[in-house]
Amino acid sequence: MSEKNNYIQGKTGPWEVVIGLEVHAQITSKAKLFSGASTVFGGDPNTQVSFIDAGFPGMLPLINNFCVEQAIKTGFGLNAQINKISIFDRKNYFYADLPQGYQISQHLYPIVGKGYLEIELEDGTVKRINITRLHLEQDAGKSIHDQHPNKSYIDLNRSGIALMEIVSEPDIRSVEEAQAYIKKLRGLLRYLGTCDGNMEQGSLRADVNVSLRRPGEDYGTRAEIKNVNSVRFMGQAITYEIQRQMEILENGGQIDQETRLFDASKGITRSMRNKENAHDYRYFPDPDLPPLVLSDEEIERIRALLPELPDAKKARFIRDYQLSAYDAGVLSSELETVSYFETALKHLKEANEKSIKQLANWIIGELFAALNRDSLLIEASKVSPQSLAELINFIYEGTISGRLAKDIFTEMWETGEHPDKIINAKGLVQVSDEGEIATVIEKILNENQDKVMEYQSGKDKLFGFFVGQVMKVMQGKGNPTIINKVLLEKLKS
Amino acid sequence: MTKLTELTLCEARDGLVNKQFSAQELTQAHIEKIEETRALNAYITETPDIALKMAQASDEKLAKKEELRPLEGLPIGIKDLFCTKDIRTTAASKILDDYKPQYESTVTQNLWDAGAVLLGKLNLDEFAMGSSNLTSAYGPVISPWKIEGNDRQFVPGGSSGGSVAAVAAGSALATTGTDTGGSIRQPAAFAGIVGLKPTYGRCSRYGIVAFASSLDQAGPLTKDVRDAALMLKIMASHDPKDATSATIPVPDFEKLLSGNISKLKIGIPKEYRVEGLNPEIDALWAQGIEWLKSAGAEIQEISLPHTKYALPTYYILAPAEASSNLARYDGVRFGLRVPGQTLDELYELTRAEGFGKEVKRRIMIGTYVLSAGYYDAYYLKAQKIRRLIQQDFEEAFKKVDVILTPTTPTAAFAIGEEPKDPVTMYMNDVLTVPANLAGIPGLSVPASFTKEGLPLGLQILGPAFEEGRILNVGYVLEQAAQFKEKALKLRTST
Repeated sequence: MSEKNNYIQGKTGPWEVVIGLEVHAQITSKAKLFSGASTVFGGDPNTQVSFIDAGFPGMLPLINNFCVEQAIKTGFGLNAQINKISIFDRKNYFYADLPQGYQISQHLYPIVGKGYLEIELEDGTVKRINITRLHLEQDAGKSIHDQHPNKSYIDLNRSGIALMEIVSEPDIRSVEEAQAYIKKLRGLLRYLGTCDGNMEQGSLRADVNVSLRRPGEDYGTRAEIKNVNSVRFMGQAITYEIQRQMEILENGGQIDQETRLFDASKGITRSMRNKENAHDYRYFPDPDLPPLVLSDEEIERIRALLPELPDAKKARFIRDYQLSAYDAGVLSSELETVSYFETALKHLKEANEKSIKQLANWIIGELFAALNRDSLLIEASKVSPQSLAELINFIYEGTISGRLAKDIFTEMWETGEHPDKIINAKGLVQVSDEGEIATVIEKILNENQDKVMEYQSGKDKLFGFFVGQVMKVMQGKGNPTIINKVLLEKLKS
Repeated sequence: MTKLTELTLCEARDGLVNKQFSAQELTQAHIEKIEETRALNAYITETPDIALKMAQASDEKLAKKEELRPLEGLPIGIKDLFCTKDIRTTAASKILDDYKPQYESTVTQNLWDAGAVLLGKLNLDEFAMGSSNLTSAYGPVISPWKIEGNDRQFVPGGSSGGSVAAVAAGSALATTGTDTGGSIRQPAAFAGIVGLKPTYGRCSRYGIVAFASSLDQAGPLTKDVRDAALMLKIMASHDPKDATSATIPVPDFEKLLSGNISKLKIGIPKEYRVEGLNPEIDALWAQGIEWLKSAGAEIQEISLPHTKYALPTYYILAPAEASSNLARYDGVRFGLRVPGQTLDELYELTRAEGFGKEVKRRIMIGTYVLSAGYYDAYYLKAQKIRRLIQQDFEEAFKKVDVILTPTTPTAAFAIGEEPKDPVTMYMNDVLTVPANLAGIPGLSVPASFTKEGLPLGLQILGPAFEEGRILNVGYVLEQAAQFKEKALKLRTST
């Protein structure tokens, strides 16, 4: 556990930032939380709306059990308690894109209770962030204000889509921790298949609660920054908010408890509404929906559906493959990276500590570098996991040298060809024939009689020079092990 | 032969099967009756063309002697709170304006599937909020009942005022109603007909404009108990589109009308001798006890100790739910829109113009009792009392099989003579709301008259899903009371 502090030095002394996150994650589900309408992103406005989602008279909500299952899965992922009884409440407020005049949510009795998530920081320390709860709720529609000079348009496609609100305790103490938390959570949700984690499309967005306090003192008044929709914006918003609050506090002012919006174009937060104007949501249990009651069998059935989670995977990579904690972490944190690694693993001819380590190095090294260069995600990699595994197989068998492999990889990246084709086409197969190598070595030694003398009189360093010369003549195709062996014999004689 | 509009639903059914008349003749007679009694203002929307078309289809089926559906060719009216596809549905509110739903309520769909014929949509208190039918945006309904030598017009009760007036006037064989705090039973008592509020969950709420979701329940209004049994059998169903719909099988209620109630234990709750109970009603109650006793039932005084809290509890919970249920009438997607400069102004103007006074009052009360700082004192406390009222009934039904009470504390009042303060008006519901709070079924059977000649009803309450039992007790009361015969005498003497 990390005990180091992240105090911020102000003019009047040190400050500690206290952060809690409320993350809204759109549940991966074909249908909405209380209707059968589709949830596909990007449909024409108001084409994915049932009369239920549009709040028409006499329409009644019906719980989508798949969404319930998704919330339970996520609860397990958060090491959390699953509540066998939870209750849907109405959160009442008026807005044009809220058709029913209330949002169905879970107020006092959420489906998932206390849990935690462990985040790893850059210095390798692990910190536990406690989760307060996870509850189910429906999303509102979308108001579009820029299509007409004095009218707003309403798109209800999003209305009624299932969300999980995941609330953390105020355990986060820095921008780095906040970002590590959201990344870890995003990775987890994607692993579980309960949310696609797409922050750009709004599938994952966070309300960030930020306050400052003097170390050791009680929590200060917090401001809530609404709907932050990228990891980078989260960093900017918190950084700005820390400066803003510090300036107020250091000048003897007080922080208003208010809701603020992050303006990404200016990198600042600004006030949206203060406590006085805060809504009175008049929560009460939704009489249209009976309490959600889960049986032990149902909960256990869902637990059995869980895939191996990132932390467990990382531990297994370290234990079974002897990967370093760092490598194992990198390879296990994102679903697509894991998938690439594990697919490649299946195509290794001989999967052992050495070949797996080599594979890990190639993914984290060459592959990541190439992806970065072309700004590609790993799922769009130009070298497939099978191809990369084949390349590793050639290296492992000694068909090609590591140096040649890098050239072949470049070729694979550019052409999308399998390594065997490239090797055959260019005649890049490693030469391991002792006779052939001996001929080259003899030639080099003849041409460099003086260096041979120097070596034999004790200048050992020259061995590398001879290897280099041989490799040069053999255009890098010589098997280095054989070269070393033969060269040593020849120089001795 | 009896006039077609004077037949009961079951009599008309038998007449159709025996080819005494056609569905079109039967329907035409009712259409004419609607025209004749238009002054009662029972219908908001008349659908004669649809009715005749449906009747024609029924006649074709009747001619083919195919397997006949239970309500084949029988013309009925629908309270205008049930959504009917492509047919204007108003909830008697201006805010729904010319709203035509694109969907059909489950209850009405069940009726059409059974072969019933739609005569039109019936007037009611706006959003079913009222006990007089005076709050309708389409004007009050006038009761067909009059006092001899007196021009005063009486209220039919509410909120299902149009539904009871149509049945009493013979402009529908039967009608549907909804009952949130007595809206079926109270007007049934005022209009001298039978009204049944089933167990909560018995009839689907899908497609019924919501007033208070945890209390709303649809039920039939009919000329006699047998008709109510027939109607409920069709209206009730398990509906996967309503999460609160019951999965308990629906029995053939008509078959349960044995008329035998010997050894049945009848509970008489002492707390129902409420203040303001009309002495004539008290006398009727005593008479009802005697009737049941002579039919072999055992009478037992019982206590429902939390009865006095039922009315205030109801008038916290029902408005609370209503305030939220009616938030969707905002001028944005359907119904009335009064444009404004801002979104808030659009809301304010639309709702100010669209809702009537009583609806506004209840939205205000409901909003208040759910507000931060008041929630615990009002809503939460009311929920706890509701649980106690439910327990009262659970305890009572361990000792007795049904409970007998009057339906209303008074008879119908004349239009213009209604209580001017809402609380006195709400007193009308004092004997009916406990059943809604407990979710149990209640039946009102017309049993007697005031000395002026206005109908009075008795109420039978039963345990959840025991509609068959209360219908059978109602059947016995009906035979003992001879209400119809007395009414006929009363009418012919005037």
